[in-house]
Amino acid sequence: MLQYLVKRLLFAVPTLLAVLTVVFFIARILPGDPAQVILGEQASAEAIQALRLRLGLERPLIQQYAGFMAGALTGDWGSSMVTGRPVLGEVLNVIPYTIELTAASVILGAIIGIPLGVWSALHRNRLIDYVTRIGSLLGLSFPAFVMAIMLLLVFAIQLSWFPVISSGGSGSLGVRLQHLALPAINLGIIMAAYITRVTRSSMLEVLGEDYIRTAHAKGVPALAVVWRHSLRNALIPVVTVVGLYLGILIGNSVLTEIVFNRPGLGKLIVGALTQRDYTMLQGLMVVYTFVIVVVNLLTDLTYGMIDPRVKYQ
Amino acid sequence: MTAVAQSPDAAPPPRSAFLQLVRAFNANKTSWVGLATMAIVLLVAIFAPLLATHDPVEQNILDKLKGPSAEYILGTDSFGRDIWSRVVYGARISLWIGTVSILIAMVVGSVIGMIAGYFGGKLDILVMQAMDVLLSFPSLILGLMVVAMMGPSIGNLIFAIALTAIPPFARIARAPTVSVKERDYIEACRALGYSHPRILTVHILPNIFPEILVMGSLWLATAIRVEASLSFIGLGVRPPTPTWGSMIREGFENILDTAWLSLVPSVAILIVVFALNMIGDGLRDVVDPKLKGERGG
Repeated sequence: MLQYLVKRLLFAVPTLLAVLTVVFFIARILPGDPAQVILGEQASAEAIQALRLRLGLERPLIQQYAGFMAGALTGDWGSSMVTGRPVLGEVLNVIPYTIELTAASVILGAIIGIPLGVWSALHRNRLIDYVTRIGSLLGLSFPAFVMAIMLLLVFAIQLSWFPVISSGGSGSLGVRLQHLALPAINLGIIMAAYITRVTRSSMLEVLGEDYIRTAHAKGVPALAVVWRHSLRNALIPVVTVVGLYLGILIGNSVLTEIVFNRPGLGKLIVGALTQRDYTMLQGLMVVYTFVIVVVNLLTDLTYGMIDPRVKYQ
Repeated sequence: MTAVAQSPDAAPPPRSAFLQLVRAFNANKTSWVGLATMAIVLLVAIFAPLLATHDPVEQNILDKLKGPSAEYILGTDSFGRDIWSRVVYGARISLWIGTVSILIAMVVGSVIGMIAGYFGGKLDILVMQAMDVLLSFPSLILGLMVVAMMGPSIGNLIFAIALTAIPPFARIARAPTVSVKERDYIEACRALGYSHPRILTVHILPNIFPEILVMGSLWLATAIRVEASLSFIGLGVRPPTPTWGSMIREGFENILDTAWLSLVPSVAILIVVFALNMIGDGLRDVVDPKLKGERGG
């Protein structure tokens, strides 16, 4: 197990380096001079030149690249070009909010999605199955910000159940949860739509297996067949899908944080984009890369927890 | 999906890709609903100048924030622009950006995937590794980066969305190429001395074309959603051009007073994405029966 973990971590390194390289070159090779963009159209040539020097844009590309890679890996991400504060500190300040939000929405999505998918599969081609399928298709058709706006209108503005601005909440757990509720429900519903669909199809596949018929034949209670024999086997694809949709979840969390005005990586990245804060942007891309590599690893490790037959080599 | 398809003495699946598509559609009635809805949306986009009652960018400040009336079917926004006309013209932008970016991703992705699968070896490993790296990036974040660096314009939006959609097409084009190239008739083509481009386009492409086409319809929904999201963040086509995402953004800025403004374009986006997903729902089984219920994004 430990050996596998070390091996997987080693394999993650080339991926990490490759993505960091992509990040670096996206920022450098695309048209548009950062210094020009920051200072605006009217800036004098001297001012642009001075800023280019300060940003290190005058150094040879290979030197810039080496500096960027070394910094990215050692945690020296430079200072924000707008606030002047260290990028790493700014990121660490808000990252708990984003982790809290995405974790809550995955849990919510699983709590809603897995039972619904199982129920739908057990009543295949009946009314409930039909309603669930259409409902989940509708759920995943919602752009995250559209659903967020609708939730905000109904539950925060009309009914006043939740705060309109989810500042993230400081203080008691109750306040914090109240601030987390609507954004998490927003992402949770979309996640539930994906999980319902994959649980349903995966369950249908498992329910057709011979050993399920055997279990029924030897008199195992129907509920035990569903939960112990079927669901456990059906969960592997579900975990894969949750891992795969992390990308969508991250994108959606950006939109959700904007709508609910909630602190987090999403608000940070949009702020950095509108203010052309290149160092902040690079730092954020490094964070996203780390997150994706870690989640891929966690996804693989979860397989073993669900299915003891999975051997780590 | 249906009981007929499962019974052992059912007819063998039809060979032609077209018949396969029709069959998938019939198995899933919602596909027809989606197709009909998209046909209507397409007509609306094409005949936008006839359907619009006003110039979508004409400001009429005296009539700002009016409710629905005979003159303004869906009311007016904070600049006094007619919401109905803006929604109708917005359909053009959404469909245009979505379709063009997916067409580009289809062509570029398929070429990359076919070449990697056909020639194999180190090239294959290198190219597909690069695709995986690109794929591991959240498409919205990648889109954000590219548009923010290059500036918001229709061309750059198309480029950004196409870039995020290339890897899945490369993957779906590669897999069948790898298996088809081992077949005897491809061997025969080589023996006859056909050039690689000729084998690829004339003998391999037709085999993988239906799957690429189906993937295209699935990804169109995602492309339209990403375009709307970028517009909502403020990185879409520049105002005053009407796009659904930017209309929602404008309405959202004063959501306490003018919720209506963001609701109308929200419903428009939802209808289009839902319709495309309904079409794709049935087709997905044609591409890969194992992928039932899954989708990319």
